[in-house]
Amino acid sequence: MRGSSNNTVISLTGASVRYRVPTEQVATLKEYVIRMLRGRRIEYRAFWALEGLNLDVQRGESLGIIGRNGAGKSTLLKVIARVLRPTQGRVWVKGNVAPLIELGAGFHLELTGRENVYLNGAMLGFSQAQMEERFDRIVAFAELGSFIDAALRSYSSGMIMRLGFAVATEVEPDILIIDEVLAVGDESFREKCLARMVEFRAKGTTILFVSHSLDSVRAICDRAIWIDEGRLRSSGPVELVIDAYRSHLLHPAQPASTPPAD
Amino acid sequence: MNRGMAKARTLEPQIYDSASLRVPFIHELTELGRYRFLLWNLILRDLRVRYKRSVLGFVWAMVNPLLTMAVLLGVFTQLFRFDVEHYPIYILAGLLLWNLFARGTSIALRSVIDNGSIRSKIYVPASVFVAAAIGSAFVNLLFALAPLLALTVLTGVRPTLAWIYLPVPILQTTLLTFGIGVLIAALAVFFADMTDIYEVLLGAYFYLTPIIYPVSILPDSLMNLERYNLLFAFIDGFRSPLLLGRIPDLGGVLLTTLAALAVTMVGWSLFTRLLDQFAYRA
Repeated sequence: MRGSSNNTVISLTGASVRYRVPTEQVATLKEYVIRMLRGRRIEYRAFWALEGLNLDVQRGESLGIIGRNGAGKSTLLKVIARVLRPTQGRVWVKGNVAPLIELGAGFHLELTGRENVYLNGAMLGFSQAQMEERFDRIVAFAELGSFIDAALRSYSSGMIMRLGFAVATEVEPDILIIDEVLAVGDESFREKCLARMVEFRAKGTTILFVSHSLDSVRAICDRAIWIDEGRLRSSGPVELVIDAYRSHLLHPAQPASTPPAD
Repeated sequence: MNRGMAKARTLEPQIYDSASLRVPFIHELTELGRYRFLLWNLILRDLRVRYKRSVLGFVWAMVNPLLTMAVLLGVFTQLFRFDVEHYPIYILAGLLLWNLFARGTSIALRSVIDNGSIRSKIYVPASVFVAAAIGSAFVNLLFALAPLLALTVLTGVRPTLAWIYLPVPILQTTLLTFGIGVLIAALAVFFADMTDIYEVLLGAYFYLTPIIYPVSILPDSLMNLERYNLLFAFIDGFRSPLLLGRIPDLGGVLLTTLAALAVTMVGWSLFTRLLDQFAYRA
């Protein structure tokens, strides 16, 4: 069985995600029924967001994921985060996953910071007691002080971001998924986030990091993969993968059928 | 602080395998149980958001049905003269369960779609949003229950031992609401016009069910049909003990409960069967 190696925490075997895009828009029950009555089938165009992806990630590894917009990076994160079940192939994940895909996803502006912490923690699968235990550390990291009992609508965007980051990282996931969050926020917050990620690495947390900032990938990751059109183009040491990706960007004429160098 | 201990209690399963065999019908049920803390927080969120920013706060939950009743009462005692004893309470009791059903199913219908942005980022069992919709409608009913009972006594109905039975029809209605709720929530993911269709159906159902009028005014043909109207059975089962001190016979209670359970099983199996496709629809 794949993933039987003791240190493997993520294992994808031929993972594929196919979206079916209807060639004509049939989004309502009325149109659907009319079509069925006329005996016309709805035709779909298949779109493979991920195609036969094989990937193993070891415990404690920091994996950078690079590629153009629409290459399938987010889809990859979704199948690992269990949000999307692969159409074909297999996804195997060991340990709990906390996504930092969009800080504060699921926050509600009418609720106070405190209420949002518990709600967000619950969404990540934690219980009341577990969140109570972490609550003080979350408030401290987010530097909110007495604002924690004010409605979120009175927060600045920076405060909301800090709170989101604090919740997602204070739950101490085995696997942390980070999608372009460091691009926002001020310098001191960015440094704080980076410091925390280094801390995570030291603790042995597995990190999946998606970014367009190749410098951030260099700073955080010890391995990188490059995804293009849903396929793995390259995998290996960060510098090599970044070089391959860069030269492809500079010379797009290069045939797209280059076999993945693994 | 011992962080290792806390980790061991983490709810997240240690291993997720997309290829493992599982029965969605049962698997989603255990997932819903695992995320009960989230369910509770979502219900709280609904209640807080609805009432927090109003001056009267939670009092609105109690006052609202009373105001609705006052309006209906004004209309119906002036325009129509139904020969119903304790007509105000008759209406209020019917509306109490109707609101649970109508509000619960309407919010449930949109619950999976409306929480799409969360579900596309964090794994959460989709049914938890439907359950939260029903849960918050249920809590709203509880708020309205106290003023109803107070009014009932105030208008001269004597409380009887039969009132002990009152929770039963409430729970039956909740079960039916959940069953219909999951069914239409799943359909709404695939068909954008479900909201409009359901609004019309719900409106028709309101007038077809003896809520604001007595069943006796119906022609025979419709009266026979009411025997199959589960919601009416539950509303009737709520009014009889409340107003007449009579408890419905056990056989009928059992039969209607089983029928509501059957509806829920159908809804749940459709919902859990389509579950994996939800994320593929934006």
